[in-house]
Amino acid sequence: MNFSLARTSLIAEADLVGISGERAVCDPRGVLYFPDLRLLAVSDLHLEKGSSLARRGTLIPPYDTGATLLRLQAVIADYQPSIVISLGDSFHDGGGAQRMHASFRERLEALISGRQWFWVAGNHDPEAPADLPGETVRELAIGSLLFRHEPSKQRVEGEIAGHLHPCARIVQQGRSVRRRCFAGDGGRMIMPAFGAYTGSLNVLDRAYAGLFRLDTLMAYMLGAQRIFAISGSMLRPG
Amino acid sequence: MRDSASIERFAPPPTCLPASSPRRRGEESSPRSPFVPIFLGVRAPSRYLWRVTVEPRLAEQNAAVALPEPFLRWFGEKGWSPRAHQIELLAKAQAGQSVLLIAPTGAGKTLAGFLPSLTELANRPKRKPGQAQRGIHTLYISPLKALAVDIERNLGKPVEGIGLPVTIETRTGDTPAHKRQRQKLVPPDILLTTPEQLALLIAAGDARRFFEDLRYVVLDELHSLVTSKRGHLLALGLARLRSFVPGLQTIGLSATVAEPDELRRWLVSQNPPKGSTGHDMAQLIVVTGGAKPEISILDSEERVPWAGHSARYATPEIYREIKRHKTTLLFVNTRSQAELLFQELWRVNEDTLPIALHHGSLDVAQRRRVEKAMGENALRAIVATSTLDLGIDWGDVDLVVHVGAPKGASRLAQRIGRANHRMDEPSKAILIPANRFEVLECRAALDANYLGAQDTPPLINGGLDVLAQHVLGCACGAPFRADDLYEEVRTAAPYVSLDRPTFDRVIDFVATGGYALKNYERYARIRLNKDGLWRVSNPRVAQQYRLNVGTIIEVPALNVRYVQAGSKGTASRGGRVLGKIEEAFLETLTHGDTFMFAGKVLRFEGIRENECFVSNAPGSDAKVPYYGGGKFPLSTYLAEQVRIMLDDPQRWKKLPEQVADWLRFQADKSVLPKRDDLLIETFPRGNRHYLVAYPFEGRLAHQTLGMLLTRRLDRAGARPLGFVATDYALAIWSLGDMGAMFKARKPSLSALFDQDMLGDDLEAWLADSWLLKRTFRNCALISGLIEKRHPGQEKSGRQVTVSTDLIYDVLRSHEPDHILLQATRADAATGLLDVSRLADMLSRIQGRIVHKALEQISPLAVPIMLEIGKMPVNGEADETLLMDAATLVAEAMGPEMVEE
Repeated sequence: MNFSLARTSLIAEADLVGISGERAVCDPRGVLYFPDLRLLAVSDLHLEKGSSLARRGTLIPPYDTGATLLRLQAVIADYQPSIVISLGDSFHDGGGAQRMHASFRERLEALISGRQWFWVAGNHDPEAPADLPGETVRELAIGSLLFRHEPSKQRVEGEIAGHLHPCARIVQQGRSVRRRCFAGDGGRMIMPAFGAYTGSLNVLDRAYAGLFRLDTLMAYMLGAQRIFAISGSMLRPG
Repeated sequence: MRDSASIERFAPPPTCLPASSPRRRGEESSPRSPFVPIFLGVRAPSRYLWRVTVEPRLAEQNAAVALPEPFLRWFGEKGWSPRAHQIELLAKAQAGQSVLLIAPTGAGKTLAGFLPSLTELANRPKRKPGQAQRGIHTLYISPLKALAVDIERNLGKPVEGIGLPVTIETRTGDTPAHKRQRQKLVPPDILLTTPEQLALLIAAGDARRFFEDLRYVVLDELHSLVTSKRGHLLALGLARLRSFVPGLQTIGLSATVAEPDELRRWLVSQNPPKGSTGHDMAQLIVVTGGAKPEISILDSEERVPWAGHSARYATPEIYREIKRHKTTLLFVNTRSQAELLFQELWRVNEDTLPIALHHGSLDVAQRRRVEKAMGENALRAIVATSTLDLGIDWGDVDLVVHVGAPKGASRLAQRIGRANHRMDEPSKAILIPANRFEVLECRAALDANYLGAQDTPPLINGGLDVLAQHVLGCACGAPFRADDLYEEVRTAAPYVSLDRPTFDRVIDFVATGGYALKNYERYARIRLNKDGLWRVSNPRVAQQYRLNVGTIIEVPALNVRYVQAGSKGTASRGGRVLGKIEEAFLETLTHGDTFMFAGKVLRFEGIRENECFVSNAPGSDAKVPYYGGGKFPLSTYLAEQVRIMLDDPQRWKKLPEQVADWLRFQADKSVLPKRDDLLIETFPRGNRHYLVAYPFEGRLAHQTLGMLLTRRLDRAGARPLGFVATDYALAIWSLGDMGAMFKARKPSLSALFDQDMLGDDLEAWLADSWLLKRTFRNCALISGLIEKRHPGQEKSGRQVTVSTDLIYDVLRSHEPDHILLQATRADAATGLLDVSRLADMLSRIQGRIVHKALEQISPLAVPIMLEIGKMPVNGEADETLLMDAATLVAEAMGPEMVEE
């Protein structure tokens, strides 16, 4: 991770992606940053997924919230955005915010303070998170962009959505590589899930049918240090 | 083939056999029926003698051990006499002892195992009307469902013939619910079952009462049960049974093993209550002798290939042998080898002999048809993998052909035992090495078989994930006190050295996940009550446990279904299912690729949900090779035998001329390693430099060594590019001149191969390795952290609630000492990495590394050099692949493409 880098040098011209005329950086850590708007978008944090499953008897490690917040803290420290949009499913269930450990809550509040923070309602968390600052909205229009959790059925230019947890798969030299990705066709962008325990769904799955112009579909696959932009024609299902 | 219609149905080539064949059921047992050789003595006098190890004192007692009258009468009627070891076992059992019987196939092991139960049941007074139902008297446990079913059929005959009032039933995953219910109410005298079913019975609330009348537990194929996690679960189950019934006796039946004492300890309590007369080892009976197998190595007129696993060169010669024999069993080590051999045989099968295919990935119905045809002697040859490995006896097999290296000597013995389940006729077997190193290995295996030196993997400490499963199972059955359960668990041999703090951490794990961050107290699965007893907190916990019991983790696999070519499965969904293939392989296929499966060449049409659609592609060549070298690594024992053979030119005389020539060439151009030496060759080739090492320690250990050496070479500035490992050797290639570096002692070879590589380097590499993630997944599933199945739904590998890879990453960064990570590391070290074997090797070769700096490749190096490019190169190269793909896009679309 590039903790040591100054904000400006984080953005190389080549990493910029156009969405409906706005320039954005697809960060390999899975966040989208609009330098001209100083806006950071992050999607599907699914905080407290661990405790949500634990309630049903699957006692997976209770460290997912901490891990997710730590990574969020790092990207916010790098970009210093003035607006942060959490694109829905910020908590894995409606009671998540209440269950959150006090130390995690403090960390989250520290991130929120000093900037405009929007909670977009998701299907897992349709209500505002309990006792947390920030504004809860169904959707949010900024300039030519529209931020919402689930991508709309009809085509909306400039829509930034989450919900589907896209990943992409390629096969090279007889080996298969699957990674989370941003999926975009120049007009619409679907963001990868950011949460530590979030799974993913291939962009070629039926759930994405009709969402993209296939001729310009690109998958921006997340690498360890950089984004790999792969054209839709090279992707594999599954 | 008697039924030409069925040929068309499956041809070409057919995978299965005629639906109608003369049945043998109902025929009176004759000495040729499969039943006789399993159970009974031979018609005396025999041409062969058996030697039974009998202590003199007991031998005298034996005279007094008379079989009950109806048994003797029945033996008499058949013209048979009981064998010495059968009587011997009966005597020891009647003296109250647990027994391990080691005998070759066909020695009447199974009847011996049941004689104590049958005689006791024969003498049991009749149950009076109004008296309570009697519980299970004898529990029989086998590793295979099919074996339990087989035994039920075969045991029924003497029981009926002698007129014993004994009920025998099976209980497996296939047993219908109403029958299970009934078995709980009216238990049979003898229950035949599997380790998983035992775990389920123990986790039932009425377990203690259900087993209160239990006298014997008969454990079949013990040598194969004990080496896995299934064995750990079974050992814990046995410990539980012993706590229910302190006087319980066990009878273990096993093929020959190198360390019988390990099995003897396994059978009895390792921590008997004070004042009891319990021994810490079961009594041992060893049967040796029988007919010596006639084993030969195919001395092919064809050229034996340098490398590869197909043995394609020998197909015509194999076919000739099939024609010469009545029924031939052909064993290979992997599924892909089986498919290939089957195809090749049908290519030359001009007489359309009924040759069938049998492996674990095929659809169950197809496998059953092959097994049935085999039992009816309707087949001339069966190509099979290890699914047919254990002691099930079908049909009159008169030849076993083993294609590829046999890997472990005991595996070879087991497979040869397949031919002719009669001890008094020699088994006939031919070994077909697929390449030159395998010629050496076959020779060593053959010598080992005659010497009777057999090896099985050493028993390892019981897995903590298995213990976690057992602890939850115990709680589901009845509340327990931690002190008592700890004592009980330590009576099981795999857990004898379990310390109390670790045990307590396992309990903590079962209760709340055992995390340092105590977040889940309110979701606990088991709770400690005021009375000091641990109880299940919720009936739902027990329900979930029952769905997820067991230690067998299936690799994610998809159904393979036939469709019309080009239909992608959307139009016609009703095609036949051919079997299952691992997801990992299918993922690399593109629409239109052809590959071999179920005896056919298939075209890949696509994947839809949990199914893979394929169409027939007759006549085409399978384009995509499925890499599957040896699935089983070379055993330590065989490896040593191969090294000894290389070191002894006298023994080369027994080798085929072309192979002996190859070794002479090696001696000429380079050197042959001495028995305990490690030979390292370095040479340039193209613009690369190569290092080839010959440790002969098996693929797993070599892979681990390759990973560690490349890290070290990288640090030393050799710029390594990749490596490839086989069972025999390891090759590393680099940009830097490694030969020159070793000469300058920068680094020296002894420093490079220093044992300290197993410290930090191993730790650092392991942390990120996919190997560890795969192991973690297994531990997470077995321990119950993640469910295999949830009530009402079956999850496929990918749909597991949360990816275990993600859990692993989070857990490792937040609680690296968590008990499940501890279990994972222990597992990986013994299993996938073979660290202990690597450690032994590194200590053996200290001061014994021989370096040959060559100008060019040596004869011995040719096989592994041929593997380069054929095998996937190991390493964390995913990012490079992504880079390649991204670059292709950039080249195709120009640099401005990302900007629009």
